[in-house]
Parts: sequence; structure tokens; C-alpha cells
Amino acid sequence: MHSLMNRFHADEQRRLMKLLGVRESSAPLLSRRVFLQSAGATGLVIGFGWLAPTAADAALPGAEGAAAGPLAPNAFVRVGTDNLVTVICKHHEMGQGNTTGLASLVADELDADWSLVRTEYAPSDAKLYSNLNFGLQGTGGSSAIANSFLQYRSAGATARAMLVAAAAEEWHVPSGEIRTAKSTLTHASGRRATYGEMAMAASRQAPPDNPPLKKAAQFTFISKDRSTPRVDSPSKCNGTAMYTADVKLPGLLTAVIAWPPGFGAKLVSFDATDAKKVKGVTDVVEVPEGVAVVATGTWAAFQGRRALKVQWDESSSKDLDSDALLARYRAQATQPGTPFTKPTTTSAPPAAVKTIEAVYEFPFLAHATMEPMNCVAWLHDGTLETWSGHQFPSFDHMLAAKAAALPMDKVKLHTLVSGGSFGRRANVWSDFTVAAVNVAKAIDGRAPVRLQFSREDDTGAGLYRPMYVHAVKAGIDAQGRIAFWEHTVVGQSIMAGGPMAMMIKEGIDPTSVEGVDKTVYDLPMLAGTLHSPTLAVRPLWWRSVGSTHTAYVMETMIDELAAAAGRDPVTFRLSLLGKSPRAAGVLKLAADKAGWGKPRRAGVAQGIAVHESFGTFVAQVADVSMRDGKIKVERVVCAVDCGVPVNPDVIRAQMEGCIGYGLSALYYSEIELKDGRAVQRNFDTYRALRIHEMPRVEVHIMQSTEKPTGVGEPGLPPLAPAVANAVAKLGGPRVRRLPLTRSGLVET
Amino acid sequence: MSVTLNINGTRREFDGDPDTPLLWVIREEMGLTGTKYGCGIAQCGACTVHVDGQTLRSCSAPVSAVAGRQVTTIEGLSSRTAKAVQKAWVDLDVVQCGYCQSGQIMSATALLEKKPKPSDTDIDHAMAGNICRCATYQRIRAAIHAASAQLAG
Repeated sequence: MHSLMNRFHADEQRRLMKLLGVRESSAPLLSRRVFLQSAGATGLVIGFGWLAPTAADAALPGAEGAAAGPLAPNAFVRVGTDNLVTVICKHHEMGQGNTTGLASLVADELDADWSLVRTEYAPSDAKLYSNLNFGLQGTGGSSAIANSFLQYRSAGATARAMLVAAAAEEWHVPSGEIRTAKSTLTHASGRRATYGEMAMAASRQAPPDNPPLKKAAQFTFISKDRSTPRVDSPSKCNGTAMYTADVKLPGLLTAVIAWPPGFGAKLVSFDATDAKKVKGVTDVVEVPEGVAVVATGTWAAFQGRRALKVQWDESSSKDLDSDALLARYRAQATQPGTPFTKPTTTSAPPAAVKTIEAVYEFPFLAHATMEPMNCVAWLHDGTLETWSGHQFPSFDHMLAAKAAALPMDKVKLHTLVSGGSFGRRANVWSDFTVAAVNVAKAIDGRAPVRLQFSREDDTGAGLYRPMYVHAVKAGIDAQGRIAFWEHTVVGQSIMAGGPMAMMIKEGIDPTSVEGVDKTVYDLPMLAGTLHSPTLAVRPLWWRSVGSTHTAYVMETMIDELAAAAGRDPVTFRLSLLGKSPRAAGVLKLAADKAGWGKPRRAGVAQGIAVHESFGTFVAQVADVSMRDGKIKVERVVCAVDCGVPVNPDVIRAQMEGCIGYGLSALYYSEIELKDGRAVQRNFDTYRALRIHEMPRVEVHIMQSTEKPTGVGEPGLPPLAPAVANAVAKLGGPRVRRLPLTRSGLVET
Repeated sequence: MSVTLNINGTRREFDGDPDTPLLWVIREEMGLTGTKYGCGIAQCGACTVHVDGQTLRSCSAPVSAVAGRQVTTIEGLSSRTAKAVQKAWVDLDVVQCGYCQSGQIMSATALLEKKPKPSDTDIDHAMAGNICRCATYQRIRAAIHAASAQLAG
């Protein structure tokens, strides 16, 4: 998701509901039934209303799991008589660590004992749990902690104030004399109570409107390294963490879909005779997405699909071919498109003495999350329930309701942790959710059904980071300054054609050009234009969105210009960073920590890059070695300025992850299209970085009092250009086509 | 034809197709969902289990191939080595999305059972079959060394 979504107006959900023709509620409300649920070892549980996937959901080991509490001053925190604090997390946990971060924000202001803090995931409710940047409930754009920083602290401070007020009343002392620490209230008189003991009395207090928040010096968890270890570590290390595929429901069926083999392919006919002969297959049904094979288990569903005979009409997309497309984009890049930035310098540009012209080519990229897409859907009793890694509950909720032809209050989403997203699970089509609902409809809600993508389904599904071509022509004047910079970008608009299209202003999708138009550099001479072709393959944001390609172009071109000017890449950049002290700060920090300018051992060179995305500044120095024409990234030194560093270890983890994910793409990742189909379908051809290829990563975090910004994405953009700049320094080519397998610099 | 399995020390009968990959029997027949499906072609290692102490990609092994052998999944890890690995993983907060980590822990445990003091190269060889898209590799390496040190100490 994109930070620019904060341009959405406050009533975004209403606008989208109208657009989609979805109703919020039906009146009168149907009475909710009592459901029976098998709950494993604990026997039958009788509950009203919606189901939990299993009893384990409510009692996960470690710090995950729910606690009830009488003290419920707001939507985000509960304090129970059992002395447990539960933080309700509005953001989706896909590995970025925001669950831990959100809990620590509440716990800090509440003065909670971290070992007594639990977390649970919020239901879909845009009124209570919207991302304050979006006006909708959703996670993305590296915004989870940034938008919640004051909201979650305030929630904790409110609960604390009520506990203090209750103690003051009970103990007949002024509230200002009561101290709080580690979930305990104390007074100099010797009075003492745990939060659990005071929770009931506190629940009778009125929540204060604007509880005072701590000053940075008073923080107990925020910015305190390793003070709040990840709450999801234990369950993810013993196999009990519950992902979508792990949901157990009585009579649960598994569906796989025979998806169109190519983009835009249309179903002509199918013969289910042999598929239905496969033991375990219960249904073979047509759905808008293709033909669903439903079975009692995943293997039976796969076998049934293999036996299914389907005829497709692929005529509309058979010409879709990435080589041809690249040639077309290259030709387009020679022509000016829609301007996205015009030179603001009034005087005539100084004559360039050296000019560099370069065309850069970026492939389609799949997200390739470890957990292939999936969703459980159950239509029952006039309601729909779904279980999935709902990264953007507001979209999923509306579109699930629309698919089920139900009002939104008859649809309940259960958001589970997901096995990665990198942008994949946040899409305005809610593809996996809607498809699961369509299968549930097609079997008339007879049973809950889990739609499972195979790895091949997942990789071939489209929703790729689009292919892009950049053409840049830039020149250096006699003084070694940049004289002019002409920049044309060609590539699909991610925002076009959906409810996000309102983000496109004057023909410019901001996600196509971010990082060029809003560069950290002082480049008033930059003249940029954009072409946004449309294709049958759906585009989607991919970890760091536009910066996945713009940072590469900007940071390798700057490096080439520095070389042309005979300047050191760091001092050259610093001369252009006058208006961005934070970019300059991380650049200097990374260079300093990496030993920039000091001799390296033979066959090793350093490359550097700096980039800002989502308000976070990151610089990286890559130590790259070359042997027999093949490169290896040995070490990456990373400096990050994300404002107040809420959880330093999570920040380090995200930088490490961004570097590995970015390096994977730089080395290997490419989806080719042939005859309208995706060629790469599994990890054998869509290769992923493995442990022996992971460089040593050192992360240095800038101390800052600026408001916190995100870390899930901004660590990625500088990696590829830093490596490419080192390759050039090693005497290798200026790489202008990714991935590096294309230039033979890594083993294929 | 039924297949007799020994999973986590418990004898179980499986009555279905003997060609069914072990992964689906573990997950859907035995209800042990800590072992994950990632690729189905033994490329990613998310489905790694132990068979007689050796790692096996359960997505690509027919259940009939493990008849009568000792299968251990993440849920059944109990050795001193395994506990040291899991502790190191938690201590260093290795996980991010976590989906691959059962497989990573199975591979790391098998490595340390065989080689209590692995070199970085040993780790590369033992762990190269396990993909982590969150790229937690640096911490995986550190956690294996930490577990090794703990076991030695």
C-alpha cells in the first residue's frame, strides 16, 4: 500500500461501498444463532455468534492470545482481573513485527509488565481500526507504527490514568502521588495493588480525554533495545502459530482452482468426469475465476484438478510476450510522455561537457511469499465468515460481502498472521478472498471451504510488480555539476482501473515515479515524463513500490555522473543533498561505518546508495567481490533514519530482510511472459536467495526525535544500486537490465 | 492398502492412497499443522521433517516410503539439541513471518545432532535447502552457532 493513500478523504469506506454497491447492514438484524464447535482436546465449546477457528486461538502460548478484561477504556487495550494486559492490534502481522511494536506502545504508556502483555488481532471495523493514513483498515506503505504511534500510546495512557484514578479514590490519596511500574500501583504510604486487582474499580472511572503522554526520557520500552522481544517468536518456533492453511473447522473442505493458464484466457468448457473419480473429490464447480475442484483434502484436490479436462480460449492474450513488450517499452521511452516534473531552474542550463544516455530495464516480479495465497470461507445461516491473512480488511470485507451478496454486517473476517506478503495480500481486488467466497457459494455453503493456491498458481497469478523501462539522459558541466537530466518512465500504472484510480493526478500515477519526482537530491533541472501502458496482467505494489525501480535508476545514474565528473560518489551526493540533511546523515553514517574510501582486499569493491521512501532514509554500502566474472555480495552496511526508533531490533530485522529480499530480486527474479502465460511458476525457476548467498548485514540506526516512520520497505531500494555501483567499480559493466542473471554476473 | 506410520512416537495407520505425499498426511490426517506447504517440489524446505533423524522434504515423499520409520515433526521435537535450537531461535528473535521456520528448525536440529560444532560452510550446506523469503538467514546462522555454544557449555 502506498503512503499517498493519505490523500483519501475521511469517509473513504462509504465512498468505496457506494462504488462497489455494498450495503453496511440489513435491517432488521437477524438473530444470531448458537453454534457448536468441536474444540479439540477441550471438548465442545458453545458460543454465541461468530466462530473462532479452534480453541487454541484463544490460548496461544507465549505472548499471543486473548485476555478478557473489565477495564476496556478504548478499542485497543484491555486490563483483566487476571492481571493480563491485552493489546488489540489493528494491523496485519506478515512478519514485520508490528504486533510487538503496537503492544510496546501501549505497554510503555501503561507502565505494564511486558511479561503480562498479550496481543490479539482486531476484527474488521474501519470505524474503530482504520489506518489513520488511509481512512480504511489496512496495513501497508510502511505505516503501521507511524500512524499508530500516538493512538496506541494514548490508549495505554488512558488505561493507566483510570487505574491511577481508581487507586487514588480507594486509597484516599492524590493521584499525583501514585507511582506505576511493571503493572503495579504503589504509594509512599505502602499501599500497593496490581493492575489486575485495580482493574474492576478502574473500569468505573471515566476515561480522560487527553491523558498526558511520556517524554522520550521516560520511555521504558520505546527505543530500548531488546526490551520487548517479538511476541510471535515462541509460536512460530514450535509450530503452533496459526496461518490460514492451519484453520480447523468441522467438515472443512479444500478447493483448488483450475485457473486460466494465461492472462485474459476465457473458459470454454470442462469435463469433470475423471476429476470426480478421484477419491476425496466432492465437487467440481465453475466459478468466475475458473473451475474449482473441491475435495476432502489438499492432495485429493490437486489430483482432481490434474484429472480435470478444461478447454480455454487464449486468443485474446496469446501475443502477450515480455520480450516483445520490452521492445515496445524501449521504443516508447524514446518519446516524451505525460510530464511529471518540469525543470524549475529559470536560467538556461549550462552547457554539458559530458552526457550519459542510459536505458534501464526491469522485469515483472512476483512476490513469492512463503505461504501461497489462501482463504477459508464459510457461508452459513445467512452470514459469511472468512479466515485469512487479511492485510487490507476494509477491501476484503467489502468485496467478500459483494461476492456473497450480503450486507457487510453479515460478513466477519478473522485475520490471521500470514506467511509474508510484500504487498501481495493488499490488493483492491481481494483476489484470494473473493475466489474463496465464490467457491463457498458454488457449493451452496454446504461446508466451510479453504481455497488453496499451489505454488504454481501463486506465482502465475499476475499481480506482479510491473515491468518498467526508464530512459535517462543527463549531463555534467565543466565544473562537474549536473547540467540537465531528462527522464522518461514506461510501465503500467498500479493505481489505474480500480478504486485507487483517484490517486492518479493529471495522468500521473505517483507510484510510477516516486523516487524520481520527489528525489532527495537537489535537481531543479530534472525533466520527467511518464507512459502508462495497460496490459492484461494485473499490476501490484511490491515491497517499496515505485522505489523498487526508481532508486536503482537514480542511484546508478548519480554514480555514473560522479564518475564522469571525477568526483567521489559520497562527496558528489553530499553536494546535492543540501535540502535533505537526513539523507546526508545516513549517507555519512553508512560510509563512515563501512570504512568508505579505505582500501579493500583485492577483488573487492564498495558501492553506495541512498534513498528515501515512506519518510524513512536509508543508505547502504555493499562490499562486492568478483571471481571468474561472477559476483558475491559479501557485506552490506546499512544506516537508517526512521525517526524515533521504536523497536531497534525489529528495525535491524527489517533492514536485514529488505536487503535479502532485494538481493534475491537483483540476482534472480524475473517473470517472463510467453504466449500470454507466465513462464516461471515455482522456486526452481523463480529462484530465491538462499542462506549461502546472504551477505553479512550491519545496521546502524540514527538516533532521532522525529516522529517515527516505517521500516518494512525502505531498506530495500538502496540495495540493488549499491551493489551495481560496486560492480562498476570492480570493472564490471554498468548494469542496466535486471536481474543480474541477464548479464551473466551471477550463476544461472 | 494401509500404511503404518510412526509419527512423533505414536503409531498411526493411514488408509488412503499410498502415493499421497507425507506432508498432507501429517497436516490433514494427523492434524499436525506446524509442517508447512511451500512449493510441493522439494525446493523450499518449509515441509522439512525428520525420518530416522535425517531431514526429508515431506511434500515430495510418498507416505509409503516412510512406513515403519520414525517420523518427527516440529511438534515432536524433544531432544536436548532441538530445545537448544528453539531457544536460540527465540532468544535471537529469528522469525519474521515464520512460515518457513518449522522447516528451518528441523534442518538446523538435524545438523547439530550430527555436527555439534558446525562451521559456516557446514551451515551453508545443511540449510541451503530451506528458503526464507523474509531473509532471516543472518539470524538463522547466528542462532545455530548460539545453540551449538549452549550445547557445548
